Amino acid sequence: MKVKELVCIGCPLGCNLKVEISEEGSMEVTGNTCPRGADYAEKELTDPRRIVTSSVRVSGGHLPCVSVKTETDIPKDKIFDCVKALKNVELLAPVKIGQIVAENVAGTGAAVIATKDIYVQ
Amino acid sequence: MYDVVIIGAGVTGSAIARELSRYQYNTMVLDKNSDVCEGTSKANSGIVHAGFDNEPGSVMAKMNVRGNAMMEQLSKELDFSFKRNGSLVLCFDEKDMDKLEHLLEKGKKNGVPGIRIISREEVKKMEPNITDDIAAALYAPSGGIVCPFGLTIAMAENACVNGVKFQFDTEVLNIVPKEGGYRLETSKGVIESKLVINAAGVYADKFHNMVSDEKITIIPRKGEYCLMDKKVGDYVNSTIFQLPTIYGKGVLITPTVHGNLLTGPTAVDIEDKENTQTTAEGLADLLKRVAISVPTVPTRQIITSFTGLRAHWTEHEFIIKEVEGAPGFIDVAGIESPGLSSSPAIGEYVAELVQGIYPMEKKADFQATRKGIPNVAEATFEERQELIKKNPAYANVVCRCEVVTEGEIMDAIHRPLGATTLDGIKRRTRAGMGRCQSGFCAPKTVEILARELGKDVSEITKSGEGSNYLTGYNKEDM
Amino acid sequence: MKTEIAIIGGGPAGLAAAVAAREAGVEDILIIERDNELGGILNQCIHNGFGLHTFKEELTGPEYAGRYIEKVEELKIPYMLHTIVVDIAENKVITVMNKEQGMFQIEAKAIVLAMGCRERSRGALNIPGYRPAGVYSAGTAQRYVNMEGRMPGKKVVILGSGDIGLIMARRMTLEGAKVQVVAELMPYSGGLKRNIVQCLDDYDIPLKLSHTVVDIKGKKRVEGVTLAQVDENRRPIPGTEEFYECDTLLLSCGLIPENELSSQMGVELNPVTSGPVVNESLETNVEGVFACGNVLHVHDLVDYVSGEAKMAGENAAAYVQGTLMQAGKEIPLKGENGVRYTVPCTVDRDRMAEKQVVRFRVGNVYRDSFLCVYYNDKCISRVKKKVMAPGEMEQVILMKSKLEAFDGLESITIRIEQE
Repeated sequence: MKVKELVCIGCPLGCNLKVEISEEGSMEVTGNTCPRGADYAEKELTDPRRIVTSSVRVSGGHLPCVSVKTETDIPKDKIFDCVKALKNVELLAPVKIGQIVAENVAGTGAAVIATKDIYVQ
Repeated sequence: MYDVVIIGAGVTGSAIARELSRYQYNTMVLDKNSDVCEGTSKANSGIVHAGFDNEPGSVMAKMNVRGNAMMEQLSKELDFSFKRNGSLVLCFDEKDMDKLEHLLEKGKKNGVPGIRIISREEVKKMEPNITDDIAAALYAPSGGIVCPFGLTIAMAENACVNGVKFQFDTEVLNIVPKEGGYRLETSKGVIESKLVINAAGVYADKFHNMVSDEKITIIPRKGEYCLMDKKVGDYVNSTIFQLPTIYGKGVLITPTVHGNLLTGPTAVDIEDKENTQTTAEGLADLLKRVAISVPTVPTRQIITSFTGLRAHWTEHEFIIKEVEGAPGFIDVAGIESPGLSSSPAIGEYVAELVQGIYPMEKKADFQATRKGIPNVAEATFEERQELIKKNPAYANVVCRCEVVTEGEIMDAIHRPLGATTLDGIKRRTRAGMGRCQSGFCAPKTVEILARELGKDVSEITKSGEGSNYLTGYNKEDM
Repeated sequence: MKTEIAIIGGGPAGLAAAVAAREAGVEDILIIERDNELGGILNQCIHNGFGLHTFKEELTGPEYAGRYIEKVEELKIPYMLHTIVVDIAENKVITVMNKEQGMFQIEAKAIVLAMGCRERSRGALNIPGYRPAGVYSAGTAQRYVNMEGRMPGKKVVILGSGDIGLIMARRMTLEGAKVQVVAELMPYSGGLKRNIVQCLDDYDIPLKLSHTVVDIKGKKRVEGVTLAQVDENRRPIPGTEEFYECDTLLLSCGLIPENELSSQMGVELNPVTSGPVVNESLETNVEGVFACGNVLHVHDLVDYVSGEAKMAGENAAAYVQGTLMQAGKEIPLKGENGVRYTVPCTVDRDRMAEKQVVRFRVGNVYRDSFLCVYYNDKCISRVKKKVMAPGEMEQVILMKSKLEAFDGLESITIRIEQE
């Protein structure tokens, strides 16, 4: 049996999680305050994923760039590929919050969406 | 060929330039930095000394008392901040009263007006926050405080308006005598001049030694300071010095002319003429020393610390004369404290020296007065409304701490010798000098600088080449 | 110009206060914002993690602000942008200026202070060394990277492990910079644990606790910084110096409520929080002047800001509607033994709601300790907490019925106790 310790990133509480992994691979999570903690621990140890936030350039808007995020979490090891894929994206104002900026970013299946309104200026 | 080249655009060089601009000289000021007031003139106590501690009969004594007397009129002519707040020298021990008496005597000999010794009770009434452990104090009502940037920039701007040229980012590498003048080899090419004035601060020895066999040494004497928030600007009212104690030469604590509280300087002789770093030891030592005068000094209100270098000549005297064996080369060297106080007098005196060597007609159209950038923070409601009517940018506050508007920053850029750097804006308008130390306003100021100068924000610097504020775009290194 | 309720600041606190005041029935409200858009600092906090309490989903900063901005628009609450408040007089006359209208005055019946906070500067930290370009507060860097798309540096050292510092370690890394190390003066981090995991651990950025910057090298632009370990009195230990080559030093060393306007108008400030002293209604010592959000005390979560601001907005509404009860007996609330302060500072049993949230921060990391509430000197609750840390805000809830039932209540004390 292996024991792993993690800090849950599900919410600002940051519960200290203890995961006991049996020989067969089943996991038992303790230390979580809510069910999301157990989900997080299992996922973190098998398929760690993150929401990625960044910004892309906008022309003609009230700001020179707009903040964006992946609509769903993506595999941790794709984070940099995701950001690189946004390197050459340039939008034209106006940009609406929720607007899709890039589809299937870095082959993750996740879309990148704008998180802010940019109006024309 | 110029008539006069002045090396150094600090307070001394600017004062001389302004005085020479009364005459029809073709004058050029050179500085290796990208703005005026970038060396010793930007990092000092901002004190207009009364002039009691200089040796009677010395050049220092004469220049100090004369400079002090000129300051008020000059501040009106050239519109910079100056206040006569008086100064006190605290005597902590009855046993040291003879030293205080001695200072009083020197002050009287130097012609310091109104100077007298006052009792402990009288001092405490004037300055409730100072220590109870004092015997008496020397009071000099003519002591004052000035904005060192304001003074330097005002004189330089006025000189510029009256025809003096300024060339920045130009380092003088060598000076060679030639027929009827000097040849200055600089980082921006050769410049020739009939007369050369060496007002190069801590580097004055370097230029002197290029033309004279009688070598001099100017030692950078490092002084560290702490500046405190305006909230505690009235913690003391006068400039408070200390009689030297067994712990060494004292430090001062003073309100600044803009309402902050300032303490400093320490005094350490160093070799590196560019070493303006503050040190943990220096700052700790400073705070220990100032506590002798003001035990409850509000150190929690410190908003910044800085180091200045005094141009200390080994003989501790101003050298203001034509160099022997180098006709037309005038040294203005060893200008350490009270150099700022003396600067108007030095300007006047050097102009006389120049007149003696190479007489010239006065200008008929000399502009004696100059109007500074409007100060929105200190304007009345009606004045502000007037300003905003003229330029709506006076309603857009960029620096919240010091209430500096976009209009003032635009003025600072477009004036004669206008600001091109973040520090240049700061010294002309006080944007970024407040309690947040430019955290909020620097990005906005950079943007305004870029817009007004027609540059990209990436080209804007803090203080000239190599001090760029930004390094590039997001993701460009990916 | 006149208004019933003037709200100073259009960030998360001001927006929530405005919405609450309007929903409580006040028509005449004015939000005064100095920036060119509503939303305040949330506009530059583009990371996710906001709104779990308020909206039960995880939003980014701009999205969280967007929800409130939408409400403000929907409710047609008037606001003024790029308008700076120059002065607030004790009689609630507010002097403002902007480019379009110049300088003018607004008479308000009630005021909600919601100006937020600012970052502690290098000067305030008194870090020795040169003063080159390349030393930024983490928030300044955040604005550049997230709103302007510009990089303030390529090789970075961060001092201070407050949340903005941690978040910026990740942001700078994702945008192509090399973040070498985060140094923290204290033996514990000032930020949320989750941020250490997902901003530092994810990117193998080391966190050096009990370390500080003892020297900054570089005359024009930062060329490097020297870190040193500190002893228990936070003094650098000679011989532990380590030089890091870098072009940028980011500072994330604490936030200070911005109360210059408040103190000018005579609002009493708490020296611990640097925010106004308020009663249970979040009203300051100046009647009809309320405070909420980071101008009151620095929060860790915007969700709490929104909740607090809602209450300030509702009370300001009640004040102008004449339904806010006259203040009666104010019972002082005290923090002791590790509880650094409390917000509010007093409660009035008649004016309080059934549940009164009291928020505070602790002065150290406490493990397996008890959070205790005393009425006078009687302990009335003792709750075991696994861990309490200065980076995270704590709270207790006071019940009106219990306070009323307690005879001779003179003071309430919140303290941390060990086994």
